[in-house]
Amino acid sequence: MLGLNRKDLTLMMIVAAMTLLAPIILNPFPSDSAMAQFNAGYPDLMQRFVIFGIFAIGFNILFGLTGYLSFGHAAFLGVGSYSAVWMFKLLSMNVIPAIVLAVIISGLFALVIGYISLRRSGIYFSILTLAFAQMSFNLAYSVLTPITNGETGLQLALDDPRVLDGGSSGGSLPVTQLFGLEMRATTQLEIGAWSFDFNVGYYLCAAIMLAVFYLAIRIFRSPFGIMLRAVKSNQQRMNYTGLNSRPYTLAAFVISGMYAGLAGGLMASMDPLAGAERMQWTASGEVVLMTILGGAGTLIGPVLGAGFIKYFENIFSKINDNVLHSWFAVMPDGIEDFLVTIVHPFVGKGWHLTLGLMFMAVVIFLPGGLVEGGQRIGRFVTGRRNKKAGGAEAEAARKQPAE
Amino acid sequence: MDAIILQFLNGLDKGSAYALIALGLTLIFGTLGVVNFAHGALFMIGAFCAVTVQRLLSLSYEVEVEGETDFLGNPMTTDIPYVQSWFGEAIGQGIIDWSVPLAILFAIPVMLIVGFVMERGLIQYFYKRPHADQILVTFGLAIVLQEIIKQIYGANPIPTPAPEAFRGSLDFGVWLGFDPNTIIYPYWRLVYFFFSAFIIAAVFAFLQFTTFGMVVRAGMADRETVGLLGINIDKRFTVMFGIAAAVAGLAGVMYTPINSPNYHMGMDFLVLSFVVVVVGGMGSLPGAVLAGFLLGILQSFASMNWIKDILPGIDQIIIYLVAIAILLTRPRGLLGRKGVMED
Repeated sequence: MLGLNRKDLTLMMIVAAMTLLAPIILNPFPSDSAMAQFNAGYPDLMQRFVIFGIFAIGFNILFGLTGYLSFGHAAFLGVGSYSAVWMFKLLSMNVIPAIVLAVIISGLFALVIGYISLRRSGIYFSILTLAFAQMSFNLAYSVLTPITNGETGLQLALDDPRVLDGGSSGGSLPVTQLFGLEMRATTQLEIGAWSFDFNVGYYLCAAIMLAVFYLAIRIFRSPFGIMLRAVKSNQQRMNYTGLNSRPYTLAAFVISGMYAGLAGGLMASMDPLAGAERMQWTASGEVVLMTILGGAGTLIGPVLGAGFIKYFENIFSKINDNVLHSWFAVMPDGIEDFLVTIVHPFVGKGWHLTLGLMFMAVVIFLPGGLVEGGQRIGRFVTGRRNKKAGGAEAEAARKQPAE
Repeated sequence: MDAIILQFLNGLDKGSAYALIALGLTLIFGTLGVVNFAHGALFMIGAFCAVTVQRLLSLSYEVEVEGETDFLGNPMTTDIPYVQSWFGEAIGQGIIDWSVPLAILFAIPVMLIVGFVMERGLIQYFYKRPHADQILVTFGLAIVLQEIIKQIYGANPIPTPAPEAFRGSLDFGVWLGFDPNTIIYPYWRLVYFFFSAFIIAAVFAFLQFTTFGMVVRAGMADRETVGLLGINIDKRFTVMFGIAAAVAGLAGVMYTPINSPNYHMGMDFLVLSFVVVVVGGMGSLPGAVLAGFLLGILQSFASMNWIKDILPGIDQIIIYLVAIAILLTRPRGLLGRKGVMED
């Protein structure tokens, strides 16, 4: 079905089911219980899950398949956001033209940057992309202020033309919508002690994510994808056989740039503002973290990584000392205070420390990311017999061709 | 003319910082073959060594002032730093005033230890892994170090002034026959320039004129052969990692009066110093120094007003533009060796 083999189809179905039921799955705790802070099923966070999922899927098409480590991908996300917000300002509050323009502009941007950067490989490529991204960031902050609105960030204003919507709509800022369906519209469903939010914006993002996830599977399984893998395993040999690998890598770069632009456009569609800090190199670093943490080169890895990081960013940073005290309240006072002091630096504002440590641990012990971790656990549980069947494929994929 | 000289001088101190960090990066890359994204964090730790020394020296105790009361009738108190009570008022104040230069003495052992621990504890397991893995793990380490510093010292920049004697500016123009006040240059920046020139010279002399340095250079050229000759090259490379960390740390210590240190200063410098290393040529020490000064000076020329009028925003991107141009025309950088990082 859909041109996928059975394994991919199962994966696709699982991802589809998970994203569509996310508002329910992510809210496993009753809304007034003590565990409610671990609920992630509110619209803002779920939107971020899927948007960064898209971003990471796109990054993985470049990094996972070709092995080119770009440290400037956030620039495309930023460009996408800016173009989407401009579309809201000039044309209409409908998200379709905004998203389309975001993808096109960031694709063009990626074409230019990729054309130049892909002349070099390895660390030189990383530095080149980093240099371009930092250039865009610095320019967005300084000279391009008429377009980007500098430090304040680009926002909607009441006197924007909005040609299709016919000028301003009374005294309040208009909201983004899809043919009249407002992005922020949320239906709340209460079942017993539980409450679930079904948000229009989230489902738009989720639908788009499923579409681009499907596209990514097709790219991975296509001859084009195999060509990209060949670039990763031995580019020199490819060149010797008379193949010019540059068009393939450039295509991968542009595709992943368009994914990033799409993510940027969606981000602006959910919340119509765009700032230069989205283009900073630490933001590029974040998508690298997501992809590696989940498992570079795997289909589901980047999505997992994005969800993982965004979930913990939100949940960990909400835990403060009071929460900690209530957790350890069963312990005797001395031990309680001691435990709180120990845990305190890793949560709340210090959650980046946890992220850094986790990331280091993954790079050191699990170079294949969460996916590899899952496979190891799976192998451990199901015992040795499956190891041969399931492990052989993974091993073959990891093995470099003999010299 | 005077404006050109002024911009040239302005470029020197930034260039010195770039050169020092890039020198350390290249040392690590040239010896161990590791791409160290945590090098900016080392620079930052150095800067916070200066903050620590300043705080330690200013530790004080409360003393009641005899015969005076505040408006509530409580006895007035005043803080007296311990160093003042130990060494007398004048010397004590002098010591506090000179806390940044004194921090050098503190920073050298600290940075050496940090470097050793980092190399033995983490980096040594990454020699055989791909460069991408090295970049990622050191990037993670940089985040961790940065967050630890943030937990201890908070997120705000901490001002650490230079000694009183160096706070003024030098009227440089008078010496060269220009009118007074045309070329003024803060003393501390001059100090910074000479300090980094000294450090750079010391590193080069160490590599060039000592037996230890000779072995290290041999190891950079052919690690395996040196190892086969029965020399424990790993140990020496570990020492070089420590030295590289110390160089970055010292650059940080002395930079604190120019820019108040905050926890993400390392990241800001890291990107630029990587660009510097690439422009200079991966693995080339003279290249790193040359490119550091060159880019620092170029950057300050680009921020001259009449250039900005012609090309707006050029001061923000000049370094990256130069880097892109150099990478595309001379892939090995200015002074890069053949066969380094060309896989």
